[in-house]
Amino acid sequence: MSIILDHVSHVYGNDTTLAVKALDDVSLMIPDGQFIGLIGHTGSGKSTLVQHLNGLIKATGGHIYFNGQDIDDKDYDKRELRSKVGLVFQYPEHQLFEEDVFKDVCFGPKNLGLSRQETELRAYEALKKVGLPDECFYQSPFDLSGGQKRRAAIAGVLAMKPEVLILDEPTAGLDPKGREEILSQIVKLKEESQITIILVSHSMEDVAEYVERILVMNHGKVVYDDVPREVFAHYRELEEMGLAAPQVTYIMHKLKAKGLDVDENATTIKEAADMIARALKG
Amino acid sequence: MGIIETDKLIFEYIRRDEDGNVEGITRAVDEVDLDITQGDFIAILGHNGSGKSTLAKHMNAILTPTEGTIWVDGRDTRKEDEVWEIRQTAGMVFQNPDNQIIGQVVEEDVGFGPENMGVPTKEIWERVEESLKAVGMYEFRKYSPNKLSGGQKQRVSIAGVLAMHPKCIVLDEPTAMLDPNGRKEVIRAVRALNDVENVTVILITHYMEEIIHADKVFVMDAGRIAMQGTPREIFSNVEKIKELRLDVPQVTLLAHELQKRGIDLPDGILGTEELVNEIMKRSKQCQ
Repeated sequence: MSIILDHVSHVYGNDTTLAVKALDDVSLMIPDGQFIGLIGHTGSGKSTLVQHLNGLIKATGGHIYFNGQDIDDKDYDKRELRSKVGLVFQYPEHQLFEEDVFKDVCFGPKNLGLSRQETELRAYEALKKVGLPDECFYQSPFDLSGGQKRRAAIAGVLAMKPEVLILDEPTAGLDPKGREEILSQIVKLKEESQITIILVSHSMEDVAEYVERILVMNHGKVVYDDVPREVFAHYRELEEMGLAAPQVTYIMHKLKAKGLDVDENATTIKEAADMIARALKG
Repeated sequence: MGIIETDKLIFEYIRRDEDGNVEGITRAVDEVDLDITQGDFIAILGHNGSGKSTLAKHMNAILTPTEGTIWVDGRDTRKEDEVWEIRQTAGMVFQNPDNQIIGQVVEEDVGFGPENMGVPTKEIWERVEESLKAVGMYEFRKYSPNKLSGGQKQRVSIAGVLAMHPKCIVLDEPTAMLDPNGRKEVIRAVRALNDVENVTVILITHYMEEIIHADKVFVMDAGRIAMQGTPREIFSNVEKIKELRLDVPQVTLLAHELQKRGIDLPDGILGTEELVNEIMKRSKQCQ
């Protein structure tokens, strides 16, 4: 059970003078249950890549296999794929539309053709999973706070029971506490249900803190694919791509350069604080 | 009197149900007193729903107070015949660059403001040129805005405000939708305006790293000013900041974590260099 991308390319406006290569020969293997961070500057191909994973865009070259089957085969059931790979777009709260939160979350499973009972059960479970309080269930989605709206929208995708959940900048525009709430909810979700999570993010600090593997995209290619500490060790190259390492990494590099005995590739605050304290106390 | 001054500013929303009956009243801004000095770099922090944006919208008369008063460069925003002047004094930049750009070509977009003010054509072009140079976008003047990155578009929006020669510019989460590079570009442009052109900057943001150079920080909670002071004073109080659903810059947080581990560091360290130097001082003492 996994997603495999085999030399996938995508060219927008092929056969025109404005052709743009958005994905360039991407090969990847995404096993079950991983927590993956996807980073890259605006226009690097992140969104194009994730839209391939649930068949919203068709590759112009190469193949994508979901659980062993080529998703572009004529007899492949794309509907099934879209229920298995859930995609939460940026600002998903703009897609809320029903008169109350519960109905909104029911929309997805209802469209899968499930019974009313099953639909409502899934909606209830999904709302519980994102940690929305019960009293919000029958409120208009438009009366919720920014963070709550976003969680309601994520619940709408979770109610489809996806095996893979892709979140495109789920914390954009939220206050720091709201960011932390959403992210720790995602971590909990992953621990409880073992689903694969792909987090598209512009926050290097968040990615360093939460994910186990980072994919870095630049000009349509995956340039790094490794654990956070290894990826952020290339901080100079990342800067050239319009990215950065977490601030902590820079501090550690400077301390190391001044002769303090620390590991310069620490990426989280806790890791860094422990190391510096140890180095100072000897 | 400062460039922006408020006296017990209150703003209330009336909530209505589907039939238009009044359900209740929400007080979004609650007795705020502010006095902002011309030329300052001001940051406003606060969690979602704390009233920051509502307050900001009073600064160029998009909203007018329910009670209390706000003066922009000495003008009361409730006087309708002053609104035109007020909007030229205080310009606004919003979160989403795509909602603010209307021109087909960058330089046309930047010229829109002064053109509407009736500035002579020759001067419009001068203003367009200087504004685009100020935000580092002059070389893109002939581009279509569609071809620009988020950070570049946001800088064009800022140039559009700048071309109206405002004394004050209010930016409401201008970097929320940008990647790290875009964020850096925008903040650099904003700081240059403040340093070089002496434009008063009021920056609303959720990114704590962006405000460490501010002259003064206001933290809002439930429509009120909950904390105010220099960035160092504000970020010295890590626990209180967290209670207000906010955060401190990573550098400050790391220093705080080190203090918890028994390392004696001053409160409210903001910069990378500063922290590195303080740590190295301690390291030498140990040896």
